[in-house]
Amino acid sequence: MRNYIIRRLLQMIPVFLGILFILFFLLDKTPGGPASNLMDPKMTPEQRAELAAKLDPEIPFYEKFVNWVGEAIQGNFGYSITHKKPVTEVIGDYIGPTFALALCSLVVALLIGVPCGIVSATRQYSRVDNILTVVSLIGISIPSFFFGLLLLKFFAVDIKIFPLFGLQDPLLMNPNFFTKLADYAYHLFLPTLVLGMGSAATFMRYTRSSMLEVIRQDYIRTARAKGLREKVVIYKHAFRNAMIPIITLLGLWLPSLISGALMTETIFALPGLGKISVEAVNARNYPLILGINAMLAMLTLIGALVADILYAVADPRIKYD
Amino acid sequence: MKKKADEQSYWGGVFHRLKKNRLAMFSLIFLVVIVMACILIPILSPYGIEQTDSLAQSASPSAQHWLGTDNIGRDLFTRLFYAGRISLGVALAVTALECIIGVVLGSVAGFYGGVIDAIVMRVSEIFMSFPFLIICITIVAVFGSSPMTLILVLAILSWPSIARIVRGQILSLRELEYMEACEALGISDIKRIFRHLLPNVLAYVIVYATLGMASVILTETSLSFLGLGVSPPTPTWGNMIQEAKNILVIQQKWWYWIPPGLAIFSSVMCFNLLGDGLRDAIDPKLKR
Repeated sequence: MRNYIIRRLLQMIPVFLGILFILFFLLDKTPGGPASNLMDPKMTPEQRAELAAKLDPEIPFYEKFVNWVGEAIQGNFGYSITHKKPVTEVIGDYIGPTFALALCSLVVALLIGVPCGIVSATRQYSRVDNILTVVSLIGISIPSFFFGLLLLKFFAVDIKIFPLFGLQDPLLMNPNFFTKLADYAYHLFLPTLVLGMGSAATFMRYTRSSMLEVIRQDYIRTARAKGLREKVVIYKHAFRNAMIPIITLLGLWLPSLISGALMTETIFALPGLGKISVEAVNARNYPLILGINAMLAMLTLIGALVADILYAVADPRIKYD
Repeated sequence: MKKKADEQSYWGGVFHRLKKNRLAMFSLIFLVVIVMACILIPILSPYGIEQTDSLAQSASPSAQHWLGTDNIGRDLFTRLFYAGRISLGVALAVTALECIIGVVLGSVAGFYGGVIDAIVMRVSEIFMSFPFLIICITIVAVFGSSPMTLILVLAILSWPSIARIVRGQILSLRELEYMEACEALGISDIKRIFRHLLPNVLAYVIVYATLGMASVILTETSLSFLGLGVSPPTPTWGNMIQEAKNILVIQQKWWYWIPPGLAIFSSVMCFNLLGDGLRDAIDPKLKR
């Protein structure tokens, strides 16, 4: 197992470098680099040349790439041009809401999706199953931004029980830890619902099909024949094996969760990574774009690795060597 | 003379089973109607795409304007179907392109194995590890937001899944006896791949493509909603909803954004239902 993890980590390096290389190549070949946005029309040609040289030195492409990777390994992703701060610091400032949103939604998705999937599978073709199947199909078919806007319309505009945007109430009196936490929860409720419901639908579909496969196996019949109670058969014997694909899905779901969080943030105007990514792209803030992409690509790769490891942990039949 | 089910051809049998699935058939008919409406909208609607009605600006739905008009008096019902042309057209183009790339690379990788397989699989791993949404945003922002760029970007980012499906199938088909017979008969590699192997994989590709349409529609509309897909004045379902970024529109002008939202939702739902139905019809063993 340890050898396997080490080998996988080593394999990740070329893939990761490949991703960075393609990104770097694209950004480098684009007309209108970061300098064009910072140039003051009143600047003299000499000043312009100086600024351009500072931001985009005239050295060969591969050399720039090697330099950047060299610095990145040491944790230096350069300076965010618009924030005038190191990229790592900017990402650190904005990552909180994104992760909070992604994590809360994941919890909601698991708490709703998995039990619904089990109920649906154990009562296949019943009315409950039909309703849940239709609801989950709606969940995967509705665009998150449209669902978000509908919730905004009903809960924030029409009956005004939830805030329209943002993460904090600026008028909050004497904030202490608990009122602040409650305020965050209040602001994150609708976004979590939007993101959580979409993921819950996917989890439910996976749980249902995996559960259906498991409860038809011989050992489940044996367990029933032994006279075990149905609850024990389902939740102790079947559930464990049915969860194996879900565990794999968790790791692979990480990137979609983050992309979903970015999308949801823009609807509810939360100050997270989604907001700064769109801003960075519009301002051609290349160091920040590269930094965010590098981080998300890393997360995707780690997610896939974690999925494989958890797979082996959950299912002793699977051996890596 | 009526044929019995077991005498039918393979695709005849598939269609026979699909016809029994009422939800899938309903979805198919719904999609055909939507597509026809998008194609025929210039004939069906008395209004042009950019034609403004100065007497009815941001008017609510009425007998003249079924879905109301926007700020400058353009008929939104008409625009909804012109937008459908772009949204569905982009989805179709992306799916077709992604299937072509995926099928060719996947079958070549599966058929030859070895170094070619290793290279294709590593490259597909790189593409699958891209943080999809951010990369789309980055590339579209860099190369401008025309439908053409969008089609290329989405197709290039999404071919790996289909390539992996095809590769997996070809890997197992390649070991069958009829392939040995092909080799003994001296049939060329290209013919063996395209005439003898791919038809057996086609069913999987069709199911994947149908479900793929659903996800491409969602991605395109999301990007257009963010203002990073197809940009106005060309209407798409995604950028029509963009209007709802304004709180007054959410509050008072539901006809600006709810119809395009429902259009996206219903077409995605129908593609999902049709895809599920096709999968069950093609492989009845998988039916749950």
